[in-house]
Amino acid sequence: MEVLAAIVVGGLFGAGIYLLLSRSPARLIIGLVLLSNAINLLIFVAAGLVRGKPPLIPTGALSAIETTADPLPQALILTAIVISFGVLAFALVLFSRTFKSTAATSLDEMKTTDT
Amino acid sequence: MKLLLILPILIPLATAAVCLLFWRHRKVQRLLGTLGSAAHLAAALVLLWAVRQEGIFATQLGNWPAPFGITLVADLFSAIMTVLAALMGFAVGVYALGSIDSNRESFGYYSFFHFLLMGVSGVFLTGDLFNLYVWFEVMLMASFVLLALGGEKPQLEGAIKYVTLNLISSALFLTALGILYGMVGTLNMADLSRQMSNGMHPGVVSTLAMLFLVAFGIKSALFPLFSWLPASYHTPPVSVSAIFAGLLTKVGVYTLIRVFSLLFHQDVGYTHTLILVIAGLTMVTGVLGAMAQNEFRRILSFHIISQVGYMIMGLGLFTPLALAGSIFYIMHHIIVKTNLFLVSGVARRLQGSYQLDKLGGLSQSAPGLTIIFIISAFSLAGMPPLSGFWAKLILVKASLDITGYLIAATALAVGLLTLFSMAKIWAAAFWGVPPEEATPVGEAIRFQLTPSKKMALYLPMIMLGLLTVTIGLMSEPFFELATQAAEQLLNPAAYIRAVLEGIK
Repeated sequence: MEVLAAIVVGGLFGAGIYLLLSRSPARLIIGLVLLSNAINLLIFVAAGLVRGKPPLIPTGALSAIETTADPLPQALILTAIVISFGVLAFALVLFSRTFKSTAATSLDEMKTTDT
Repeated sequence: MKLLLILPILIPLATAAVCLLFWRHRKVQRLLGTLGSAAHLAAALVLLWAVRQEGIFATQLGNWPAPFGITLVADLFSAIMTVLAALMGFAVGVYALGSIDSNRESFGYYSFFHFLLMGVSGVFLTGDLFNLYVWFEVMLMASFVLLALGGEKPQLEGAIKYVTLNLISSALFLTALGILYGMVGTLNMADLSRQMSNGMHPGVVSTLAMLFLVAFGIKSALFPLFSWLPASYHTPPVSVSAIFAGLLTKVGVYTLIRVFSLLFHQDVGYTHTLILVIAGLTMVTGVLGAMAQNEFRRILSFHIISQVGYMIMGLGLFTPLALAGSIFYIMHHIIVKTNLFLVSGVARRLQGSYQLDKLGGLSQSAPGLTIIFIISAFSLAGMPPLSGFWAKLILVKASLDITGYLIAATALAVGLLTLFSMAKIWAAAFWGVPPEEATPVGEAIRFQLTPSKKMALYLPMIMLGLLTVTIGLMSEPFFELATQAAEQLLNPAAYIRAVLEGIK
C-alpha cells in the first residue's frame, strides 16, 4: 500500500514540476495544484498508513489498546488543503487579471520587470 | 508572561480586523493603523526587555502540554527580530500616511499591512514547525495582496513571479515538514532538536537539511534562487516595497538561522560549509547585479541579495562571534535598507522618477534628505563609524579567527563594490544638476507635499537615521545583545528546557 502511494506521490510531483516548467499560465496553475496535492498525499504516506484502525479509545479504557492511525497528519493535511485552496484561488485571479491587462499569452512575454 | 508572547501577534491582528470594519473611513484607518503599530512596537520592546531579564520563556497555547500543542517561545533572537519587525512596521506605517495614495488606502492597505506584521511576528515567535508554515502563509498571503494592490501592469507582472516562486518554496517547505514528521514523529522544534541529536540516519538528516535550505533559500533570496526579488520589489509603491525590503527576506534568514542552529547541527562540516559557499556567491552576484542597474530601487533590491549573503555568512562560519555578527548585521541591515527605500520614495516625489538619469541635484534642493541618504548609504557600504562598519568588522574578524581568508576577502571586496554603487546613486541623484524635465510629473503633482505629509515622510526617516548613527557610535550594547542571542542559539539546551519544562 505504501509503495503504491509513494509511486503516486512521485508521479504527481513529476507531473506538477513538468507543468510548472511550461510557458502557458494555465499549465503553471495546474502544476501548482498538482504539486500541493502531491505534498498532501506525501504527508499522509510519510507518517505511515494504518488501515481500518481509527484512533478511538474504547469505553472504559484509558488509552488505545492497539496501534491506531495517527490523526495528526490528517489535521496537518486539512490545514494545508485550506491554505493551498486560498492561495491558489488568489493566484488564479492574479493570473487571469494579469493576462487580461497585458494581453500576453505566454509567460515568455512577461519580461518588462526583469532585469 | 503568556500575554507578552501573544501580544505582538494579537495587536496587529486586532488592528487589521478593526481597520476592515472601518472600510469606508480612511481617516479612522489611518489613526488606527498608527496606534496599532505603536502599540505593537511597545509590546515587542517589553517582550525584549523581559526576555533579557528572565531568559527564554515559552507558553503553550490552549494549555496543551508541549510536544502536542502549539508552543510560542521567545529567546533573545526571536525577541530582537520581533522588535525590529515592529519598529519597521511603525516607521513604514507612519511614512505611508504621507505617501500611500487614496485608492490603495480605500482598498485595505492598512489592514493587509498589519496582517503582514502579524505573520512576521508569528514566524518569529512560534516554536512549532508546522505553525511556522502557517505563519509563513499568513505573511505571504498579505504580501501577495500588498504587492498586487493597485493593479498596475508592472505590479501584476512582478506579483506573478513573486507568487509563483514563493508558492514553490512553501511547497518544498511542506514536503520537508511531511518527511520530517514521518521520521521523527513530532513538529515541536525543541522536541525535534532533542530527538534529532540522539541518533537519526545522517543521510536522511542531510536530505531534509537540503530541502529546508532550498525552501528557505528561495524566501531569503540566496544565490541561485533570488530571481523573484529584483523582478518584483521595485514594482509596488514605496510604502509597500520598503516593508518588504526590510522584513521579508530577513524572515527567511531568521528561519535559516533557527533551523540550522537548532535542528541541523550534527554535520556542520557539510551543511554549514555549503551555506558558507552559497553566502559568498550570494554576496558577489547581488552586488554585481546592482552595479548593472540604473534605477534607484532596482539597485537597492540587488543590494538586499548581497547583504543577505553577509547574514548567511555568519551562519556558515557557525562560531559564537560569527553568529553574533549575523544578528548584528540583521539589526543594522533592516534599519538601513528600509530607510534607503524610504529615501528613494521621497526622491521620486521631488523629481518624479526612480531612474538615476532623471534625478539630480537633490543635495541642493533637499539637504535633509541628502544627510539621511549619506548616513544610510555609507552605513550599508560599511564606512566607519556607522553601523555597517561594525557589522562587517565582526563578520570579517570571525572568519579570520577560523582562517576563512577567502570568505573574508570576498566580504571586504563586496563591501567595496557596495560603496561603488552607493557612490553611483550619490553622484547621479544627489550631486550634479537636476535634468531639465525634473519638475514633478504626474503623480508627484497630484500629491503635492503639505507640511503634515512632509512630516509623516521625514519623521520615520529621521528616526531610522538616528538609530543607524546610534548603533554606529554606541555599538557596545547592541553587540552585547547580539552576542547573548548567539550564545543562546549555540546552546539549544536552554531553549529545549524552556519549551519542554516539566516534561520528560
